[in-house]
Amino acid sequence: MTPDQIGFTTLLRKEVMRFWSVLGQTVTAPVVTALLYLLVFAQAMQGRAPVYPGVGYTEFLVPGLVMMTVIQNAFANTSSSLTQSKIMGNLVFLQMAPLGPLEWFAAYIGAALLRCTLVACAMLLVTIPFVHLPIHAPIALIVMFLLSAGSLAAFGMIAGIVAEKFDHIATFTNFFITPLSFLSGVFYSVHALPPLWFKASHFNPFFYMIDGFRYGFFGHADVPIVHSVLWTAAFFMLATAVCLWMLVTGYKLKR
Amino acid sequence: MTSTSAPTAAAPAGAIEIRGVRKRYGALEALRGVSFDIRPGEFFALLGPNGAGKSTLISIISGLVHATEGSVSVLGHDTVRDYRAARRLLGVVPQELVFDPFFKVRDMLRIQAGYYGCGKQAWPWIDEMLERLDLSAKADVSMRALSGGMKRRVLIAQALVHKPPVVILDEPTAGVDVELRRMTWAFMSDLHRQGTTVVLTTHYLEEAQELCSRIAILDRGSVAVIEPTRQLLARHPYRFLRIKLAGGAQLPDALRPLVTGEVNDALELKLETRVTPIGSVFDALRNAGIAIEDVHTREPDLEDIFIELTGHSAKAGAATAGAAT
Repeated sequence: MTPDQIGFTTLLRKEVMRFWSVLGQTVTAPVVTALLYLLVFAQAMQGRAPVYPGVGYTEFLVPGLVMMTVIQNAFANTSSSLTQSKIMGNLVFLQMAPLGPLEWFAAYIGAALLRCTLVACAMLLVTIPFVHLPIHAPIALIVMFLLSAGSLAAFGMIAGIVAEKFDHIATFTNFFITPLSFLSGVFYSVHALPPLWFKASHFNPFFYMIDGFRYGFFGHADVPIVHSVLWTAAFFMLATAVCLWMLVTGYKLKR
Repeated sequence: MTSTSAPTAAAPAGAIEIRGVRKRYGALEALRGVSFDIRPGEFFALLGPNGAGKSTLISIISGLVHATEGSVSVLGHDTVRDYRAARRLLGVVPQELVFDPFFKVRDMLRIQAGYYGCGKQAWPWIDEMLERLDLSAKADVSMRALSGGMKRRVLIAQALVHKPPVVILDEPTAGVDVELRRMTWAFMSDLHRQGTTVVLTTHYLEEAQELCSRIAILDRGSVAVIEPTRQLLARHPYRFLRIKLAGGAQLPDALRPLVTGEVNDALELKLETRVTPIGSVFDALRNAGIAIEDVHTREPDLEDIFIELTGHSAKAGAATAGAAT
């Protein structure tokens, strides 16, 4: 490996070690939370008409919960790592190292993707006793997972770079990530909404992430899969472009 | 490791070359066109009172801060255009006690080596540093569990994991006990003997006087002086005379303007060597019928020169730095 490649793999490994050392907090806890949602909503909504033909409510709910958890964890992984390093002051070790913006970006995103993969797999495994999930379009499933987790990981990096204290990250989480993920069709099909909220949902990027991911399982979705892929890809590219611009210029990182 | 990789530029003049560096923070100009070279193999001190711009300059050299104007190169590699090569040749010990709480000491050092492109071949050197810095017993202890002095030593090890030929230590002995200070001095001297260029900032001027062959003093963002240490000390045309007068006698009026202070009932007089020889003071006392109980002379040290050039005492800065850490 070249020195640059060693630098990149070291940063990737370090970011993985960071969340791995607190696995109960970074993987187990979100899985437990999502399971609680599943139990409560599946019980409360039992007996309702299938959302899509042949798809019961519990089956409908699981992919949405998985994607919601992925979205929240991708954002949390990069934003908390960067913010913590900034506040503790140890980001200087990275800033003084011969690593370029692309290596920073790829390592942070890579570690977030790994955490999201663990979370998603753990969630799907623990729901096996409750639901049977078909896999209709595996490529769409993987593409939607990677684009969605990548988008939120990049957005988490932006938040981590901008934030000067943990309060700022909490603001991003409480007023952006959580409301948009709850109002994105995790618990319902947007066709069940009044016309105004139906239209408003189409301006929520998380809606396309969850809808496209759900399509991968059932082959049914609220909007065509192409729309979901394109909107999510656009969000990913926008977040990536902003994040790389910040890393290249040293925005909020270099005085 | 990087110590074996020669820079691509042909025979660079300086280990660090600083050219017209300015840094403005809004209306405040922290650096006002600083230019100087640090030669390969030098033990160089960068001194100055608090707010002189030392840390800003070091941050610019290490890539933490953008210069508003000017350029810096490390062994011929520009720190902006060719930042990867420049950073591989440079190790920096930051002033603040920063650490990553997620990792153990040895893991942290291995990660740091990896950032610089050093794989497992760096591990024996890491173990050697742990030994020499008396950290072997703490190698598998979390960074969180270390004392301040130990964290300081880990910072030194982190700066050296990739065996850089140029090392900057930003107040490495601020707030540490005497034993650790001496260990750090010995370690830095060893590094220098092995050919490493060492740049030191410190508020302990005896440290700079003892270790460094050349000294730059920054004041209000500009270089007040940059000279070999001996030359800098010789430029001070004064000598200090401390006298204790017998029976509580008063100093003759003619000598009073020379008094700079009082230490343990003794008066300290600052004598300009060519104008007021020591003998003239003794003559004046004898003529006034005053007996001397005790007498002591001392040569000016770096602290005297520092005060003369900057109007500040470095000891005040040392107290601040010690309190901060």
